[in-house]
Amino acid sequence: MQITVSVRRYNPQDKETPSYWQEYSLEVEETSSVLDSLIKIREEEDGSLALRCSCRSAICGSCAMRINGHAKLACNTKVSDVAEDGGTIKVEPAGVMPVIKDLVVDQTLFWDKVKQVSPWLQPEGEEPEAEYLAPNSDMTHLAGVMACIMCGACVSDCTVLEMDPNFIGPAALAKAYRFAADPRDDQDASRLAALSEYGGVWDCTRCYECVEVCPKGVAPMDRIMALRDRAMEAGYTNNNGARHTDAFEASVSHSGRLNELTLPIKSFGVLNLPAQMSMAPVAIRALMRRKIPPIIHKSVPGVKNVRRLVESVKEEQQDEQAAG
Amino acid sequence: MKYAFFPGCVSRGGCPELYPATIKVCERLGLELDGLDKRGATCTGAGVLQEKNLFLGDVFNARTFAMAEELDLPLLTICSTCQGVMSQANKRLKDDADYLARVNAHLALEGLKYKGTAQPRHLLWTLIEDVGIEELKSFVIRPLTNLRVAPFYGCYMVRPSDALEFKLYPEREDSLERVMSALGADVVDFPGKTRCCGFPILTINERNSVKMVALHTSDAKDLGADALVTPCPLCHLNLDGYQPKAMQQAQRDIDIPIIHLPQLLGLAMGFDAKEMGLSRHIISAKRVLSKIKVPA
Repeated sequence: MQITVSVRRYNPQDKETPSYWQEYSLEVEETSSVLDSLIKIREEEDGSLALRCSCRSAICGSCAMRINGHAKLACNTKVSDVAEDGGTIKVEPAGVMPVIKDLVVDQTLFWDKVKQVSPWLQPEGEEPEAEYLAPNSDMTHLAGVMACIMCGACVSDCTVLEMDPNFIGPAALAKAYRFAADPRDDQDASRLAALSEYGGVWDCTRCYECVEVCPKGVAPMDRIMALRDRAMEAGYTNNNGARHTDAFEASVSHSGRLNELTLPIKSFGVLNLPAQMSMAPVAIRALMRRKIPPIIHKSVPGVKNVRRLVESVKEEQQDEQAAG
Repeated sequence: MKYAFFPGCVSRGGCPELYPATIKVCERLGLELDGLDKRGATCTGAGVLQEKNLFLGDVFNARTFAMAEELDLPLLTICSTCQGVMSQANKRLKDDADYLARVNAHLALEGLKYKGTAQPRHLLWTLIEDVGIEELKSFVIRPLTNLRVAPFYGCYMVRPSDALEFKLYPEREDSLERVMSALGADVVDFPGKTRCCGFPILTINERNSVKMVALHTSDAKDLGADALVTPCPLCHLNLDGYQPKAMQQAQRDIDIPIIHLPQLLGLAMGFDAKEMGLSRHIISAKRVLSKIKVPA
């Protein structure tokens, strides 16, 4: 099939030229990958094109880049899945990380984040004579998260990292979950305490970008949500995120719907006057436009049924917990 | 056509202009709505409840699905977040018969049972899949000619794409652009259209949240859009309500109106600004109205 590959080029040695799009027309097989196409361009048309690749089989994680606007591995993206015959494929370097040249980014930020979560087992107590053992049943749920190949696709498209380099980010948080949830690790408390701080689990917007772009099904955001749950269970609740979740659950469980007026107040903490005051201009503007929820919060009709349902679910969950 | 209508909390809460605008537009389109809110349907959990108690969230949503099944009506939403959370819950319930049975054991308290047939669909998708784009055009009496609008989907209308069944319904991917074009508007494509508005972290990290508002609204503005159009009331709350703060933080003028999808439909169908509740926005919609020659 005939395609045009439009590549975002950048050469740091050419100080005069900012990044620009360059188009290459080429004939490829229906079964070709985007990586095959880029290598063909480099080998047959333009030897100056820089890209990273190694295994060509979605194992090494070297070739993560943006294809038609979303992070993907170039090696497991078929040309025919992203362009029609005669169509154009847009290829850019991964996002968030600085570009070294063309499609090659500097992954220092990615690795620094991973290092930040101490990604190794930290058991306590006497060392066993052989390996640290764990039953299969405790480990199988970690298989998905251990499938991470550290390609950085999730980091590339993370909506929070795009705004704030302080966020630990999806790849490192998924890695943190992998150790926090490992029964052989004994540093859960210190891990969860650190992850509950600014830049940690509560800074995620739950936008699902990382889940969507991960080529290995790691679902980083789901791991972040699991870490939030674990952190709250472990008592790290003195933060806006945990208060927000608690207040949300309480409101919906009690009245069947969300009390939008009290939610932000409870999230900030009722006694956090500076935060409450900072909302005043927004609240006043909304009041003037009558863009506010009803002052008196009403429950859904037949709310008794909802409360009974909540009770029944929680009873089951408590029984399960008691049974281990 | 008749629907089991799930309006969500915010369409009668923080965005009180959305619910009445939807009712008027649906009536005009011949979409009859049986409000599940009046039957006691609960909040979907918005992904927040799910952080703490995923199972309880799934029980709540299964209850709403069972109500729609009892009425034998398709389920209609008007909120991207409700849509996404419902679609995700539905996938878990449909994929695992044992899980569904466990959920149904609780619903039995109320004499309800979810059979697994519900298909929650946003009004946006319904316009394409039930009404049809050609039929929709026949309702346009005030084409939005020369109005340059940029789409803003809301995360949960586009991700995760498997729960939203994009493979089965590929036209969902650019549904907003299709509808805006059918109304006669010029679509301004911009990179932020499927990104996050920042609302979920507003009370957790306001600086980042407002930064997202500034980025997307200024990008759309710089690309020449007259307004952003969204099917998500939560995106509206942030992009509209926090835009003054975003202008302050980014130290630049943005001032781009954020229009709910039903409001845009209503304007094209000949409703006036008041009927669509456009005076209730924080960022004035006056320039949009003057461009299509509608009195403010």
